[in-house]
Amino acid sequence: MSVLVFADNSEGKFKKNAFEVTSYGKKVAEMTQTNLVVLTINADNVSELANYGAEKILKVSNDQLKDFNAKAYADVVKQAAEKEGADIVIIDSSSNGSYFAPLVAVNLEAGYASNAVELPSSISPFVIKRKAFSSKAFNNTEIKTSNKVIGLSKNSFGLVENSVNTNEEDFTPTLSDDDFNVTFKSVEKATGKVSIADADIVVSGGRGLKSGENWGIIEELADVLGAATACSKPVSDLGWRPHSEHVGQTGKPVSSNLYIAIGISGAIQHLAGVNSSKVKVVINTDPEAPFFKAADYGIVGDAFDVVPRLTEKLKEFKANQ
Amino acid sequence: MKILVCISHVPDTTSKINFKDDNSKFDSTGVQYVINPHDEFVLTRAMWFKEKQGASLTVVNVGDASSEPTLRKALAIGADDAIRVNAEPTDGFYVAKQLAEVIKNGGYDLVLAGRESLDYNGGMVPGMIASLIDYNFVNACIGIDVEENQVTATREIDGGKEVVSTELPLIIGGQKGLVEDKDLRIPNMRGIMMARKKPLQVVEPIDTNTTTASISFDKPEPRSACKMVDSDNLDELISLLHNEAKVI
Repeated sequence: MSVLVFADNSEGKFKKNAFEVTSYGKKVAEMTQTNLVVLTINADNVSELANYGAEKILKVSNDQLKDFNAKAYADVVKQAAEKEGADIVIIDSSSNGSYFAPLVAVNLEAGYASNAVELPSSISPFVIKRKAFSSKAFNNTEIKTSNKVIGLSKNSFGLVENSVNTNEEDFTPTLSDDDFNVTFKSVEKATGKVSIADADIVVSGGRGLKSGENWGIIEELADVLGAATACSKPVSDLGWRPHSEHVGQTGKPVSSNLYIAIGISGAIQHLAGVNSSKVKVVINTDPEAPFFKAADYGIVGDAFDVVPRLTEKLKEFKANQ
Repeated sequence: MKILVCISHVPDTTSKINFKDDNSKFDSTGVQYVINPHDEFVLTRAMWFKEKQGASLTVVNVGDASSEPTLRKALAIGADDAIRVNAEPTDGFYVAKQLAEVIKNGGYDLVLAGRESLDYNGGMVPGMIASLIDYNFVNACIGIDVEENQVTATREIDGGKEVVSTELPLIIGGQKGLVEDKDLRIPNMRGIMMARKKPLQVVEPIDTNTTTASISFDKPEPRSACKMVDSDNLDELISLLHNEAKVI
């Protein structure tokens, strides 16, 4: 028996997600008194994983797997799980992770709990808490099968340093042509910008900004904080900002450490989407805006007055750090 | 082209979420049910294939009789016919198995489902179906074009989007972007009248297992009151974020 973690990378480099699932997997392995095995595909340097408890690392190097492919990745994870006798597989909740985890579950005849937010509350029966109702509630789910797949919600567990000696092993999976029936053509990524999925801090604007042309103050604040920019649904519906920035129930979920909402009143659908953020700051002219009830810190004030001053203050603060 | 759109019947997005029976069950008292918003986007895209490319369009739901008004709404929007698999949608795998059976029997070329349902947010049914019946699969799909058997699809990735090519048969987990909010259709009176006459077939579920079970629900801890900071005292906000919240 063992616990298998899939540590994803982007162009060879691990992101925080990879360290978080490894940290989590280490704890699950301790709880189930087994070993942790971490699977990587085309990662440049796997040694960083040793800081988070990766006792054994399986390294796959394969040009065919250069671009993410859900079916092929699911097959690799299945073969690695079988080789290692892993009965628990842990995958992150990135766009790639949530894409291929259901395939892994079917491959392994495993029950799958997505968006898990905590360690299992019990091992036998195997019960795990996961987000439901768009973060308006949690569901304690029992996985009844002997094999189990867990999708770990981003930023729910955090990083736990745990230096170990690592045993690295090359692993060569068997791939078939059928694995590549969906083929990568092209990618479009905003360069030099932090993505909402990866950001520790998100600065978000709503209709209170009055026009898409006023987004400069949002971007400047985000720049100082190294934050991603986001917006409410009406803003993307009005075409002020691209849909890819829409956060909320039908948009992107946000689970950052800090979420700053500027000129967003806080409709229930918006709150649902950003509920998992740890700390929320609201800046709004209307003291009755419902968002204040869901926030940790609030400022009643005009965005056009408060935000540029906050940006300046933060610049000074950062300069003195 | 034969299209199947999978429809979840979920609480309206403005619903207050409450539980009953010792927090073991969702309390539907006073809750309005709607077509799952992600499913509404894929249904609207499917209507385009029906109108522009002559596709046939069936909608399906796994649920009890209470989800029939939701299927009728999909018929009023323009689907040709509906299938209801008469079963409690107990877990994602169970639902995927039921839908896989419907797809096999109906020989659908293109299956469109929402990326996730806004109740249990499992986000697993489309992928599981693909794996069960060996259909090609694109998740978080925000664009799709079909020419003969060839498909070009765009999926949302963290920080951008990716274009892939593939072939039918295909299943997608779709979302906004396939169409925009302004493209969504509100059923008109004629559509509603016609929907009453369209076939809604009820089929019994196949015998299959579940892999997970819902034990109980929790609501998020109530948060402490929002600390208000004067707009002339932004240093205090920075200090709170740095020293108290430790997020900057």
